[in-house]
Amino acid sequence: MTTLAICGGRLVDPAAGVDAAKDILLKDGRVAEIAGPGKLKGKNGAEILDATGLVVAPGLIDIHVHLREPGQGYKETIATGTAAAAAGGFTSVAAMPNTSPVNDTAEVTRWMQSPERGAVVRVFPIAAATRGSKGETLSDYAALKAAGAVAITDDGRPILKDGVMRESLAAAARVGLTVIQHAEDTRMTQGASMNLGPVSFKLGLRGMPVEAESSVVERDIRLVAELRESHPHLHVAHISTAAALAAVRQARRNGLRVTCEVAPHHFLLTEEHVGLYNTHAKMNPPLRSAADRDAMIEGILDGVVDAIATDHAPHAMHEKEIEFDLAPNGIIGLETALGLSLRWLHGEWKVPMGRVLSLLSAQPAALLGLKGRGTLAAGSYADVVVFDPKAEWTYRATESKSKAKNTPFDGWPMLGKVRWTISEGRVAYAGQL
Amino acid sequence: MNPAATTARRPRNTPPAPVSPFPYNPGSLLSVLDLSVDGVSQLLMRATELENEDPIGRDRILAKRRIALLFYESSTRTRTSFELACKALGADTTLVSSLSSSIEKGESLKDTGLTLRALGAEAIILRHNSSGAAWLLEESTRLPVINAGDGMHEHPTQALLDLRTILTHLRPGVEGVAPDTLAGVTVMITGDILHSRVARSNMLLLPRVGARVLLCGPKELLPEQAARSGPGIEIERDFDAALKQSQAVMMLRIQAERLAGLQLDLDEYKANYQLTGQRLAAHAPTTVVLHPGPIIRGMEITAGVADGVQSAILEQVTNGLAIRMAVMERALVTDDGGRA
Repeated sequence: MTTLAICGGRLVDPAAGVDAAKDILLKDGRVAEIAGPGKLKGKNGAEILDATGLVVAPGLIDIHVHLREPGQGYKETIATGTAAAAAGGFTSVAAMPNTSPVNDTAEVTRWMQSPERGAVVRVFPIAAATRGSKGETLSDYAALKAAGAVAITDDGRPILKDGVMRESLAAAARVGLTVIQHAEDTRMTQGASMNLGPVSFKLGLRGMPVEAESSVVERDIRLVAELRESHPHLHVAHISTAAALAAVRQARRNGLRVTCEVAPHHFLLTEEHVGLYNTHAKMNPPLRSAADRDAMIEGILDGVVDAIATDHAPHAMHEKEIEFDLAPNGIIGLETALGLSLRWLHGEWKVPMGRVLSLLSAQPAALLGLKGRGTLAAGSYADVVVFDPKAEWTYRATESKSKAKNTPFDGWPMLGKVRWTISEGRVAYAGQL
Repeated sequence: MNPAATTARRPRNTPPAPVSPFPYNPGSLLSVLDLSVDGVSQLLMRATELENEDPIGRDRILAKRRIALLFYESSTRTRTSFELACKALGADTTLVSSLSSSIEKGESLKDTGLTLRALGAEAIILRHNSSGAAWLLEESTRLPVINAGDGMHEHPTQALLDLRTILTHLRPGVEGVAPDTLAGVTVMITGDILHSRVARSNMLLLPRVGARVLLCGPKELLPEQAARSGPGIEIERDFDAALKQSQAVMMLRIQAERLAGLQLDLDEYKANYQLTGQRLAAHAPTTVVLHPGPIIRGMEITAGVADGVQSAILEQVTNGLAIRMAVMERALVTDDGGRA
């Protein structure tokens, strides 16, 4: 394997508390050495990547993506999804189990990680919490963990039965896995295709009430509190409402292990972006009110939000070119997360660069216990993103590496352009500046 | 307590709401909001002129122009009225309905629209059960699309014909409209507002010509958010109190096909919201009664009221023909009389 030396850049490694001019040597898939500019000892024979004027940071980690394999390769494959991840600066993605078949077995979990899938960055499967994600019988958490699953969830098909959710939290705690919940009481969202409010009324669309999310989060937190002795970890996926975020904040004050992630579209867009039935603004949870969106920004600023995750949800073109209420939920997000986060969180709202990068790498790594990732301390995996923090560019969905183009951010200005994405010492993406 | 309200709100620059590209085609009528008050006025005046025009000359206006009626839902009034309006102007029409076409085989709305365009359709009149379907069809075909009712969203020609009917009764002799034409007039809309495209189009149109819209109905069928759809819209849940204030009352059918599991006590509904002769005599003896149809006699309205002297229900149907002639002319003829 080639030895790489990234020289002349600004190393931003929030987990290690580093933000300084440093050179970094990558060898055998690991970070071998970090030194002041020009001071690398082991540089001889290494391929040099000139990072002058660029930020060198831990490869980004997206703990919520849909790669659609097995079973829905027409939407996305592990190869194309990870190519998009690499183009967006991500070196690790955690893949949701709502595939076909549902990833509820060690076999599927292993299949997803097999080299034949052609992944260019690391894929961490998240396995189904219940068999077939039917919400009835728990899957085999110990076997799934042994096969490589990093968490369990029934994403998209939330666990509604109290008893099953309690069992799931307890069983996951026993093997040291996180339970990720897509919080939605589907009994309140039948036939609904956007947020419930004045906009949904005006558009004549059935709406999802805020309570459909917050009531499930509150219920789950009660269960975590009841099981306090066994230390379960509940992670709330793609949180979107002020009420649910308030519940998470309170749970943390009470010392419970409850974390949450926010997607860029939920801290940037509101239900107004549905416009006149734009199916690229249809996702679940839906775009919410301006007050909810503002609460997501506050949550990022005050630290209750643990991670930014994209909920990358590719769909074929024809699936989105239909009536709004019939169109599937979801948007792609791997190639816009960094550009939007830097443009808005850092550029507009003055969140320090290190904080933004931490939300996209160190914190999600810690959340799922991905050891040796989310940092560039010597000895960790050589997962690196090198980007120009000042480059402004326009995102074009047609140029996406993803098979899918379903995004509301087509044509949006971005800040920060990826130059190289390095996954375990290999260049997974080399972009033009 | 609303947790959202406790969040400190600093003024913060956030991404702007998108600018709508619709309608792409100036001949389209997707929403009543596509029309300026002046545009509404022109349509009303043109409807009267076309109604009075000699049928022999009138049928040259759209002679041999091809118009497709694409209907995904059943309809009596709207379909027939559009068809007759098109034919009165000389156009050739073809009807495609979901139950006897390739739509049954799974053909998408986009492909159906493109097929009709390839067959020479110059405009499409669409009735569809999904809100927003007319926007999708326009985006796909870029033809003039006339929204003849999309799901629970809008039914713009119905609102225009309702306005014409209201004007005939409350402003006789007035032909055009201005922002104050219906100043001082309260129009009440009663019943299943939640599922009604007629209500939405009317509540967005009538206040723009000066009327106050008063919505009346039970919470399940009339959420509080309805009053926030635009200016000039209020809610009064007491039917009799609302009747007393209204110069026009529009009754709506309970849309059983859209209730989606909602349980309604129909006896209670009738007791509270049925328009009866007694109620009308007691609270609104001169109020004009409208209903977009289909009416369910004995449910939202009694037979006596439907057939009574205050009823303008059949006038509405007749007005629909005139309005739709004007709308189809607008769709396919430019202001200077050329082909659009």
